[in-house]
Amino acid sequence: MDIVVENLTKKYGTQKAVDDISFRVKTGEVLGFLGPNGAGKTTTMKVITTYLLPNAGDIRIGQFSIHQHADQIKQHIGYLPENNPLYQEMPVIDYLKHVAELQGIEKSKIRKRILEMVRVCGLEGEKHKQIGELSKGYKQRVGLAQALIHDPEVLILDEPTAGLDPNQIVEIRELIKKIGKEKTVILSSHILAEVEATCDRILIISKGKIVADGTSEDLRKRAQGREILKVTIEDGEPNEIFQALQSLETTEVVDFIRQEKHSFEIQSKENQTSRRNIFNLCVDRGWALTGMTAIETKLEDIFRELTMN
Amino acid sequence: MRQIWTIAKRELRSFFDSLMAYIMMAAFLGFSGFFTWIFGADIFFIKQASLQVFFSIAYWTLFFFIPAITMRLFAEENRSGTIELLLTRPVSDWQVIIGKFTATLLLIIIALALTLPYYITVSTLGSLDHGSVITGYLGLILISCAYISIGLFASSFSSNQIVAYLVALVIGIFFHIIFDLLAGSFTGWIGQVISYLSISEHFGSISRGVVDSRDLIFFLSLTFIGLILTEMNLLKRRIA
Repeated sequence: MDIVVENLTKKYGTQKAVDDISFRVKTGEVLGFLGPNGAGKTTTMKVITTYLLPNAGDIRIGQFSIHQHADQIKQHIGYLPENNPLYQEMPVIDYLKHVAELQGIEKSKIRKRILEMVRVCGLEGEKHKQIGELSKGYKQRVGLAQALIHDPEVLILDEPTAGLDPNQIVEIRELIKKIGKEKTVILSSHILAEVEATCDRILIISKGKIVADGTSEDLRKRAQGREILKVTIEDGEPNEIFQALQSLETTEVVDFIRQEKHSFEIQSKENQTSRRNIFNLCVDRGWALTGMTAIETKLEDIFRELTMN
Repeated sequence: MRQIWTIAKRELRSFFDSLMAYIMMAAFLGFSGFFTWIFGADIFFIKQASLQVFFSIAYWTLFFFIPAITMRLFAEENRSGTIELLLTRPVSDWQVIIGKFTATLLLIIIALALTLPYYITVSTLGSLDHGSVITGYLGLILISCAYISIGLFASSFSSNQIVAYLVALVIGIFFHIIFDLLAGSFTGWIGQVISYLSISEHFGSISRGVVDSRDLIFFLSLTFIGLILTEMNLLKRRIA
């Protein structure tokens, strides 16, 4: 089932938490929702799950709209809210049974589904423990199990790996990837590496607006419009080299990285490359070009650039 | 229907798992037993084979105990955030409210059922008016319904159980005693309206064995209004 968000606006009082955003997620796609705290990620997810009503706009999941068909939508969504709220005093198995009944799973199938979830989420050893006694990682698995128990076509996961250790993070990511092949998944995070590792597409949201939308390569390319090179040129007088580099017709800005080591950072003009010119320059002047690396823009930088202003 | 029962079942379990149910029942039976049999204007003091004493004690114990049971129903879910998961399941707000209401009512009915030995004992002491016993229990159940719905409403306000308890008590005390006291100082239709709002007025007549549709309508509408306000509270959160 596709998720179509159209001109969604949600206000808390007079403050717009989500400001007229539209996007689309296709079946079999894992969408990463990225943004600083308070950007509107959680709010958007709460509206998609019908927990909050929007001030304007519509969301359609398959052919269902949140305004007219909230009940059908609820049946097709699996939701893992922020902070993973669970009934701490219930044993895992009983909790899953409770959820299965609420989701309207047929009585005869409940047992099978619970066992399946216990297996998929790796809860074998913990299934009879009280949820409150479990470690954070296992609680998170219970959270995933309750979201998946009715085999929903749409999964909304709000910071699914928050507070987990690196091993658990890898496991949960693998699980999400596996699930994401047949289902529509939206997951939020502010850990960039995680989104990059799990998601097919990234949506960056800041102050309630979408500021970027695309695959991680798309985003890189966009931010990388200008080539940045780190160059080390030896045998010459640093200032002279600096002057010469700056006078190349393709360079925009030249910076010293470390003067004594003759390292420079060179930003080229848009859509141009200075590599050849630098090489030729060194050959002409008899300098030794001992290093030239392209600096790849990190996703962190893109993120900061997009969300800081 | 199945969803309502699923919710009620979970609430009941959590009453018993958290010992809340046992403490509540022990205290309820302790208080009402103490004052019915041992202390003050007890059965031996008034020398009548009647459960009037028990009913008037239970009238007060329920007033204090029901908010203590209802306070966590929504407040705890609000605090821990589980309300979000509950309301995004394919259940309506009404199913959630009715489920929680039913669970609490069942707990009260269990507590009341445990006082049946009182009835058996008293009926062996002399000729007991069985009709007024039945209506007395009916009255207690009706009062419970009203207080549960007030308690649910108070609980849906807050994520703090103490606040929920106090709000329920403050709303409850108007119906429990303040309207009754006020009614005396007003005359004419104002006095009549205020006296109609008093729970003690309606409970008095029911526990004496008179079941009037006026009383039934009063209790049922009070319950219903409480539940509607709870539903509005749940809805408001989604809009705000």
